[in-house]
Amino acid sequence: LTQFPSAALVLSQEKGVRVPRPFSSGPSAFIPKEEASQVDPQTEQILAEAYSLSGHVDHLTQVMGLHPHYLESFLRSQFYLLRMDGPLPLHCRHYIAIMAAARHQCSFLVSLHVREFYRMGMCLDWLKGLQYAPQRLRNLNEINKILAHRPWLITKEHIQNLVKTGEHSWSLAELVHAVVILAHFHSLASFVFGSGINPQVDPQNANGFQSVFISDNCTCDLASDHHLDRDLSNTSPVTTDSVSELEALMDRMKRLQEEREEDEASQEEMATRFEKEKKESLLVGSGDMKNEVMPTSKVSRFVEDATFGYQHFARHGEDNPPTFRAQDYSWEDHGFSLVNRLYSDIGLLLDDKFRTACDLTYYNMASHEDVDTTMLRRALFNYVHCMYGIRYDDYDYGEVNQLLERSLKVYIKTVTCYPERTTRRMYDSYWCQFRHSEKVHVNLLLMEARMQAELLYTLRAITRYMT
Amino acid sequence: MEKMSRVTTALGSSAISGRTMFCHLDAPANAISVCRDATQVVVAGRNIFKIYGLEEEQFVEKLNLRVGRKPSLNFSCADVMWHQMEENLLATAATNGAVVTWNLGKPSRNKQDQLFTEHKRTVNKVCFHPTEVYMLLSGSQDGYMKCFDLRKKESVSTFSGQSESVRDVQFSMKDYFTFAASFENGNVQLWDIRRPDRYERMFTAHTGPVFCCDWHPDDRGWLATGGRDKMVKVWDMTTNRAKEIYCVQTIASVARVKWRPERKWHLATCSMMVDHNIYVWDIRRPFIPFATFEEHKDVTTGIVWRHQHDPYFLLSGSKDSTLYQHMFKDASRPVDRANPEGLCFGLFGDLAFAAKESLISGDANRKPYPGGDRRYPIFFFKKPDLTEQFAHVSSALSVFESSLESKRMDWFVKTARLYLLSGKSFAELCDHNAKVAKELNRPQVSTTWTMLRIMFSDPANLSTPGPNHIGKLGTLPLMNSFSMKEMGMGTESRLDRSKGESRQDNIHLELGNSLINNICPTAENEETEGSEGQAEYMFGDAELDDDDLYSMEHDNQAAEEQEYTLPQEAFPLRHEIMDNPLAPEHLQQDKADSPQASGNEAEVMCLTPIESFSLISISQPLFSPHLPAPFFCPVVREMLSHYAEQGDVQMAVSVLIVLGDRIRKEIDDLTQEHWYMSYIDLLQRFELWNVSNEVIKLSTCSAITCLNQTSTTLHVNCSNCKRPMSNRGWICDRCHQCASVCAVCHHVVKGLFVWCQGCSHGGHLEHVKNWLKSSSHCPAGCGHLCEYT
Repeated sequence: LTQFPSAALVLSQEKGVRVPRPFSSGPSAFIPKEEASQVDPQTEQILAEAYSLSGHVDHLTQVMGLHPHYLESFLRSQFYLLRMDGPLPLHCRHYIAIMAAARHQCSFLVSLHVREFYRMGMCLDWLKGLQYAPQRLRNLNEINKILAHRPWLITKEHIQNLVKTGEHSWSLAELVHAVVILAHFHSLASFVFGSGINPQVDPQNANGFQSVFISDNCTCDLASDHHLDRDLSNTSPVTTDSVSELEALMDRMKRLQEEREEDEASQEEMATRFEKEKKESLLVGSGDMKNEVMPTSKVSRFVEDATFGYQHFARHGEDNPPTFRAQDYSWEDHGFSLVNRLYSDIGLLLDDKFRTACDLTYYNMASHEDVDTTMLRRALFNYVHCMYGIRYDDYDYGEVNQLLERSLKVYIKTVTCYPERTTRRMYDSYWCQFRHSEKVHVNLLLMEARMQAELLYTLRAITRYMT
Repeated sequence: MEKMSRVTTALGSSAISGRTMFCHLDAPANAISVCRDATQVVVAGRNIFKIYGLEEEQFVEKLNLRVGRKPSLNFSCADVMWHQMEENLLATAATNGAVVTWNLGKPSRNKQDQLFTEHKRTVNKVCFHPTEVYMLLSGSQDGYMKCFDLRKKESVSTFSGQSESVRDVQFSMKDYFTFAASFENGNVQLWDIRRPDRYERMFTAHTGPVFCCDWHPDDRGWLATGGRDKMVKVWDMTTNRAKEIYCVQTIASVARVKWRPERKWHLATCSMMVDHNIYVWDIRRPFIPFATFEEHKDVTTGIVWRHQHDPYFLLSGSKDSTLYQHMFKDASRPVDRANPEGLCFGLFGDLAFAAKESLISGDANRKPYPGGDRRYPIFFFKKPDLTEQFAHVSSALSVFESSLESKRMDWFVKTARLYLLSGKSFAELCDHNAKVAKELNRPQVSTTWTMLRIMFSDPANLSTPGPNHIGKLGTLPLMNSFSMKEMGMGTESRLDRSKGESRQDNIHLELGNSLINNICPTAENEETEGSEGQAEYMFGDAELDDDDLYSMEHDNQAAEEQEYTLPQEAFPLRHEIMDNPLAPEHLQQDKADSPQASGNEAEVMCLTPIESFSLISISQPLFSPHLPAPFFCPVVREMLSHYAEQGDVQMAVSVLIVLGDRIRKEIDDLTQEHWYMSYIDLLQRFELWNVSNEVIKLSTCSAITCLNQTSTTLHVNCSNCKRPMSNRGWICDRCHQCASVCAVCHHVVKGLFVWCQGCSHGGHLEHVKNWLKSSSHCPAGCGHLCEYT
């Protein structure tokens, strides 16, 4: 009884979704338009999927599309976080995202989620500012600011304050959901600034409030180098022959690999190396950083206690992040179990995302092919954790010093700790020979490392609260 | 210490004694290990490395191995193991990747013996060979396992797991050369120590990391594994493929698992996070722990049975900086507090209920559940097993069988399959559905359909058949009114008439009557639901079923011979007439009469034997002119809500679809949507995908129809290289061939592609359609007989 089933027709992709391309100056201010919108088939498919879900593909997704493999797991976890079953109501999730992004004055993300929030059509007056939001959400501000700027300060008392029974209390599950959203958007802000994502030109913001809001916000001046790199004096001038720079880096990697066997480096020294790197990282890019007054942008209405920012330990020695031993509280063993217990399935998605980000490699560096970049990737990841005081016993922090040049360190520090200060010059000043997609790859690693660090500190606090 | 080491391994009855006790450590422990004669225990952690003596009443600190003013990371231990042959030998795994051995016999304060720094990442586990003195195995985060000969300065062999981090390594207790390794990606590998090139066997044991594994101390080839997925699994390794024989589901990720000595079925576990207790499980009873130790205030990090032949002492170290000795007799037994009752629904709606026997027998006289009848209560007793100290509960099991029809959902499935919702005229649909309901013994539903047909059939259609019939059909109302008046009369008059039709229908009539009598009582429901008073008459009419049917049939057949272009509305009549299979011989006769008997009639043959409502359709023209269809809408609306509220949302939706515009505006959209959603949900639960799709398609709610627009992606493989086509549907990225070529025009199909499921050839929809109009063979020439429907 064979038949031509008239129902089973293949709708070929010719008639499928057409992914709209932006017509503005391209998705990123740092990356030439041609390179940023190079789209390979895999990416195209993911973008099409993203388009069909949300109705638009933002610049962020386009830039991330340079790494389709990662983009896939990123979008999956973000979708789960914002739209799927979870303890928090949908509009709250977007509001928390706004709060998180506002901490870094990331108008791109703020306006994106203001739009999403608007679409929910609930509690619109919250958008007037944080003081219009319910007390419960405002209570979250405390850990929001700590997580954004100094996550090592988070303690079980903070958790206790939020969870203790009362009118505005949070359940642990809700709190974990909120924390994951916060960490996600803090680190995403890093990515946005680090890759110079251009503000979204939205053709369909017909809405009155929205358009006012967005036009107010979109005076993003990333590209215009409004605040020129202040510590330009610190960075090595980029005039050195960049080709030889690359060669030198490759050389060092090779040497490190070989040395490994011989280098019985006194175990005690390892500890000092970490401390040294940590101390140094605090000084990197310090320039003349004052506690700047937050620009009075529309974003600031979602920020309370704006002066709380990243602090310099050189001056505030007592604030020095205490060392967090990764072996005592790791994502794989502890973080995962806790987060998955309180907010089911998110652990798996995050696990997948971290893993994808850490394992992502194309086996090439700039023009060289077939290179094992494991060492470099690990150095980047661990350096971020090092700045947050997280130490891996089994890592020799001397490697960081050899592999990451100073201008790169400045960039990393800026992007992770106060991303709003990232400038195009910083972006250009390191790894001149490398492709833009590789720099985006760096940003992915920084973003994931930062997110994991924030989560580890919070989850440890929650664990302590629970025991 | 020497004195202690002389204690023999064979356990004297008085060799070990003690009580539940604990001592404070200075720092959180990561692992503990006990020396062979069970007199000392070593505790290792990030900031602690000490040996405690186990005395009758207390722990006594014997030795602090952590020496030096600023101890190196080599002292930061992730794991520790005391050699089971050589009482002076210890090994630790350091978080910085070093493997260190310690010789207690050294005279100096620093007992460090050997230092291996071959691993690049944290070493998670060290393990001495159970019988070989100098053989040490380590497993590290870097994915390698290394075997060390302690007489040499470096490792003798390296095993690469070719996957992620190694979490545990364990030498087999009985098999000299074998060891097991568990990995972060969920795999477990078996290795032969002599063959470092490749593992002997690998299988996936858990989703997510496998944190621990332990060989059964007896030679059963059993391996227990525990993972982040909160499970403990016991594997039988003696067979060709590792077979999972037991599985215990715990409430948190499993950090350690240790078989209990001398107890074949018992093992102890502790968790990595959240849960601080130590559980001892009987693997045959995986639901309730056999015993629980609840002393720790933070997660337990190390557990070890004090002596390898004594099941009563368990030592544990914890993050809360305490070291405990637990006495088995002091353990809490969750089973004592458990309520041994169970309740479960069977596949067919049966209910099984097990409870303590005492509880059940106490009120055996009374039915526990008023609804069901209690059948064969089964009492079973487990044979007391002397080795098993589980509380013995004898339970009574009662099974309540639901009556066959009431609880089953067969009717739902059948109805869903058989109902027609579109594709025919309204009257036909109603009739068909009424018949379906009738066959399924749902007279009320059936009647409802018939009523609907009467209420909403457009009289205009019936009165305008082909020119040949006008006269005959036109008489119908008359006939009906006539028979209505006749109703009170006996069967004789009808018999007469049927005789007039030269039929011998006596038997049918009687049968028909009895049937109708059966039906009438149920029909009363309908009347109360607001049908007009005429409803009574209609059912009265039904008594005349046969007579009128046959008369009608003749009319139609006469018509058929002359004119094939009967309007559709006329067909239902003929259908109904034909399908009175109470008289099969008469049907055959019919066929003989009319050689043109079409396929329709053949179909009719297989229709059901009980059909007694057909006449109602005939009576319809009688009153419908006076009562316009909208008149009934409020009634129908109530009726639909009634069905929906009763849980028969199927009826509500089906009627909604069949009535279409006639009723849609009467019911608010939200309600409709709600009904649709519920019905679709039900259909999908019964895996009636086709029906559910049809319903979605036919629904008029935008919220429902858009359901069909979700997940519309179809993934296709290239027909040349058989690999998935990721990019476009028509050209393969790998072999650069156009995969979907139209078999008719031999061009690439970029739009709609239709193919035969039998021979998988196909092409442009239009081309294939046209081709198959003229040919029945596959256009590709494969010889297959394709069919397009």
